[in-house]
Amino acid sequence: MTNLIKRKKAERRFQLYGIFAVSLSLLFVLTLIVNIFSSGIGGFYKTSFLMEIHFDQKLLKLEDNPSSEQIEDASFRKLISYNFKENFSQYSKDEIKQIKKLFYRKIDKETQSYLLKNPQYLNQKVELLFTASTDIDQIHKGNFNRNIPEKQRSINNFQLGIYDQFIETGKVKKVFNKRYFISGDSRDPESAGVASSVMGSVFTILICFLLSFPIAIFASIYLEEFAKSGKVTDLIEININNLAAVPSIIFGLLGLGILLNFFGLPRSTSLVGGMVLSFMTLPTIIVACRSSLRAVPPSIREGALALGATKNQVVFHHVLPLAMPGTLTGTIIGLARAVGETAPLLMIGMVAFIMNVPSTPLEPAVGMPAQIYLWSESAERGFIEKTSSAIILLLIFLIVVNFVSVYFRKKYEKKW
Amino acid sequence: MVNAITTENVNVFYGDKQAINNISLNFLKNKVTALIGPSGCGKSTFLRCLNRMNDVIEICRVEGKISINDQDIYKDQIEVEQLREKVGMVFQKPNPFPKSIYDNVAYGPRIHGFTDKKNEMDEIVATALKKAGLFEEVKNRLDDLGTSLSGGQQQRLCIARAIAVKPEVILMDEPCSALDPIATSIIEELITELKESYTIIIVTHSMQQAARVSDKTAFFHLGNLIEEGDTTKIFTKPDNQKTNDYITGRFG
Repeated sequence: MTNLIKRKKAERRFQLYGIFAVSLSLLFVLTLIVNIFSSGIGGFYKTSFLMEIHFDQKLLKLEDNPSSEQIEDASFRKLISYNFKENFSQYSKDEIKQIKKLFYRKIDKETQSYLLKNPQYLNQKVELLFTASTDIDQIHKGNFNRNIPEKQRSINNFQLGIYDQFIETGKVKKVFNKRYFISGDSRDPESAGVASSVMGSVFTILICFLLSFPIAIFASIYLEEFAKSGKVTDLIEININNLAAVPSIIFGLLGLGILLNFFGLPRSTSLVGGMVLSFMTLPTIIVACRSSLRAVPPSIREGALALGATKNQVVFHHVLPLAMPGTLTGTIIGLARAVGETAPLLMIGMVAFIMNVPSTPLEPAVGMPAQIYLWSESAERGFIEKTSSAIILLLIFLIVVNFVSVYFRKKYEKKW
Repeated sequence: MVNAITTENVNVFYGDKQAINNISLNFLKNKVTALIGPSGCGKSTFLRCLNRMNDVIEICRVEGKISINDQDIYKDQIEVEQLREKVGMVFQKPNPFPKSIYDNVAYGPRIHGFTDKKNEMDEIVATALKKAGLFEEVKNRLDDLGTSLSGGQQQRLCIARAIAVKPEVILMDEPCSALDPIATSIIEELITELKESYTIIIVTHSMQQAARVSDKTAFFHLGNLIEEGDTTKIFTKPDNQKTNDYITGRFG
């Protein structure tokens, strides 16, 4: 009897350990998510100012009804200076210069794109939204304390006064930062976006999947169903298992040495990145696929063989479909690891400043983790927010991929 | 009486271990032959030689001559897939594919290319299911998974699957050992019906079953064929003392 009480106590104690462990890990995940989201969600928005612009035809040196090319060729500098003088006529030349610094420095390009989209603005006075400079953006979002001494901040008291005036007159707006999603990297936090790195990651993973998935499946099928067991098969098996534990940077070195230097493939491209990551993913998928193949009951194989099916038919009609859910799970785990991988991509140069959004895997690109790494090194305060926002996107991407894999596993899962 | 299968001096080895010693045994056409004997006597091994299912086991080696229609099945005269088309098999544990009932039955005819017309295939499936006595129970749910049926139905589905390939011989490896008595009696009735069209060789642990369904019985012990003959004779006045001991339940 005393023995039973002891045993029950041990069981309860063990349950408590379990609950403790689960809550601790949940706490970590929660802290991570709250931390990242609170500092990153602002990156999807930007602060903008309303300002009236007079699109004076003479200042732009444009004819009546100008073509798009003519607008693109026109210089908007003079127009901007003129409008600032008009809007802030009570201030001195030097003060206007300081007011101008509250705006994103490429305000002339913004004005130009407004006119490109709306040619009817010519010779009209229109109130438009202009991106604020990153310093003001950070103050407006509350990421920067404005009460520290004037000498320690990049925004002086006069500029803060103007900013407060803008707020009072309702000229400050928080708008969705579309540019963050459609443009590539930039030196300015105001215009830096994730598009080039997202496309880079998508191409890299696509190449990685297309290479590693079929190769892994054929290798697994051969090893598991056709190869005679022997020393050679054992050796291959040991090597594949070891390969799964090789540090990822080694695969980067392999890519640098063989793909770039020996085969002369283009540096910094998603193609090479995908190939390098597929080296890394291959053993993971093979191990998962082989164990799924082994889990298919022999009775299914015998049943098909006894009907006169060839070995090939047995594998492709019966065994492989049953092994597919497990293989897919392994594939997704491998690919998810590959998406988050930075080290091997550093070795092949996929960690560059890429402004253009790549449209093929043969163009230089950068992956999302490398982009996060690059931004986290930047000094500007605005990039801290961008970094967290990019991490949010990466997390969302991974969660979506995981849900897709669960969906497919459930869909193809069969009981026997 | 015509022999469906003849075997001469068959020896089977698993690595160094000999599992079957020099067995010569013939199987009559359109008769049910039961192979009985205690566990590990080699009756299943011998059965699996007849459609070369032992090929799957790497260390297994078969010597001797096994012929079907005067074709030596271990020589190059016949491909193993063709052999298994002629010699179907039903296993101890029902093993339907995790596919629909229809696809389970249609699989064999499909891979052997019997027909590519939908209505002809429907006909083949229906005929096989009728012969296996399952058609009435499943005709309205042919798209359900074969694995969703009860154990006895699954085994009859496996028999239908074997019949659909139009074999000459059906091997049954303890087909009722995983089934309840009612399902067992249904399968036994079925076996008696099926021998009109097929030669049936059944391995069984149950002597009552052997006595009920078979015309011929062969008694195996430790890899040797001890005695064979008409079932009534084996069960009433066997020649060999060991056979007598076994059927009276003194060992095994």
